[in-house]
Amino acid sequence: MTAYGSQSAIIQMYRVAKRYGAKSALTDISLDIADNEFLFLSGPSGAGKTTLLKLLYLGETASEGQIIVDGLNLSRISRKRVPFLRRKFGIIFQDYKLIPTKNVYDNIALVVEAVGVERRSIKKMVNSLLRTVQMEDRSRAFPPSLSGGEQQRVAVARAIAGNPKIIVADEPTGSLDADSARVIMGLLKLYHRRGATVIIATHDTALIRQTGGRVILLNDGYLEVSTVIPKLRP
Amino acid sequence: MIYFTQKVLKDLKGNLFLNAVTVASTALSVLIFSAFALFFVNVGALANRWVEDARIMVYLNPDAEAETIARLGEAIKSIPDVRGLEFVPREAALQRFRAQLGSQGSLLDGIAENPLPDAYEVLVKVRSWSWDRIGPVAGKIGAMDGVDEVEYGQEWMGRFVNILNLLRLTLYGMGGLFFMGTVFFVANTIRLVLYSRREEIEIMRLVGASENFIKYPIYAQSLFLGMIGGILGLGILFQLYRLLEANVANTMSSSFFEIRFLPVEIAAAVFSGSLLVGWLGCYISLRKFLRS
Repeated sequence: MTAYGSQSAIIQMYRVAKRYGAKSALTDISLDIADNEFLFLSGPSGAGKTTLLKLLYLGETASEGQIIVDGLNLSRISRKRVPFLRRKFGIIFQDYKLIPTKNVYDNIALVVEAVGVERRSIKKMVNSLLRTVQMEDRSRAFPPSLSGGEQQRVAVARAIAGNPKIIVADEPTGSLDADSARVIMGLLKLYHRRGATVIIATHDTALIRQTGGRVILLNDGYLEVSTVIPKLRP
Repeated sequence: MIYFTQKVLKDLKGNLFLNAVTVASTALSVLIFSAFALFFVNVGALANRWVEDARIMVYLNPDAEAETIARLGEAIKSIPDVRGLEFVPREAALQRFRAQLGSQGSLLDGIAENPLPDAYEVLVKVRSWSWDRIGPVAGKIGAMDGVDEVEYGQEWMGRFVNILNLLRLTLYGMGGLFFMGTVFFVANTIRLVLYSRREEIEIMRLVGASENFIKYPIYAQSLFLGMIGGILGLGILFQLYRLLEANVANTMSSSFFEIRFLPVEIAAAVFSGSLLVGWLGCYISLRKFLRS
């Protein structure tokens, strides 16, 4: 099963496979993701969702096949160019991956600095991001003192800090209560409206139905279905 | 620059214990090495004073005529390594000998005839590291007409200078060992710091930070630690030197032995060495770490 061949694709995967030793995590994946698409990767645990996301930002390298992200062929990219590829992405991890020894402000500022924003503008940008995720009052707090929802909001702010073209989120609401999950999804939709491509890996079918969008179903490393699910009316 | 420095200092504060250990080990190595260098510099200066005073005594044939003696003087003067020459007539030599004997000078009263020959006292351009230039000069003079014997205390000077050379080699060896040992230690400490920050570095890489963005602050931190270690080591040595100097001034004649601190160029070299230790330690551990 493929979902491949679109002209306006920002991501193209062609016959991609990923193996860890003898074990196949992904097999023969061909897939196009259009610019400014809102896409869900779904499937049970161990289906290969996280692996597929990692392949996109070179968190892992493909064992076979071609991946092209915004014109960059990942099999030919040099080590030095990898940071430039990653700056196209805003990554939201299931376990947030915030730096525990840096406060909320510094966790976000890190990305702004890394992408080379002038020092004078950093403060303004970080404060604006903190306002967007409604975390202004917790800017000096350290991640371990924040709730899961707050940490994920900081993670979203960090993900959008570099103004990325693509946001990938791995189970962004997996460990959150319903209210926090709604806030996070609201932020992702907001950023999608501003032009970003959003890819969410989740096994939460309720979340998919509430949001709507194209769904890629993975099972045991194979792409099984690519379908569009309309948003459920409340 | 201020912002970068603030950032570096903030990161250093985050791993205070490991960074303090790095500074302490660098300071200790700098202290031990520079203490030995200080000892060597002072012994070397003392040796130079002695060697510079060394002279060749050229004893003349008793039957050498005045014309031969004068010609010999000119010939000695024309040797490039000779920096001075003094003719010592046998009478003056006897008087000098009598003066050296001091209260026992009367021993010479019983001697009917002056047994000392006329001589030339030759000063040679020589330092402790080039003392062996004196031998060829003495050999050249010894082969000249009118010369009976040449003497320049070759045995004691040779031994002394050999000891000095051994000290110099020991200093180089120690310097090399301390350098490698400290680099190894600093590299391992920095590796520990990197491991304690590996999650942070991994996250930085994932959010698109370039290797230089990650590396530069770590290099700056290592150079800073090396700098503090160098300043501390040299500072402690300077305090010890002042203590020692005060004690030596109280107990020894200052004209005989004057202790000097490390010359600026050696202190600068030791300081640069401590910076290099920081940089190299960082380079070794970072290279491995970022490739993993």
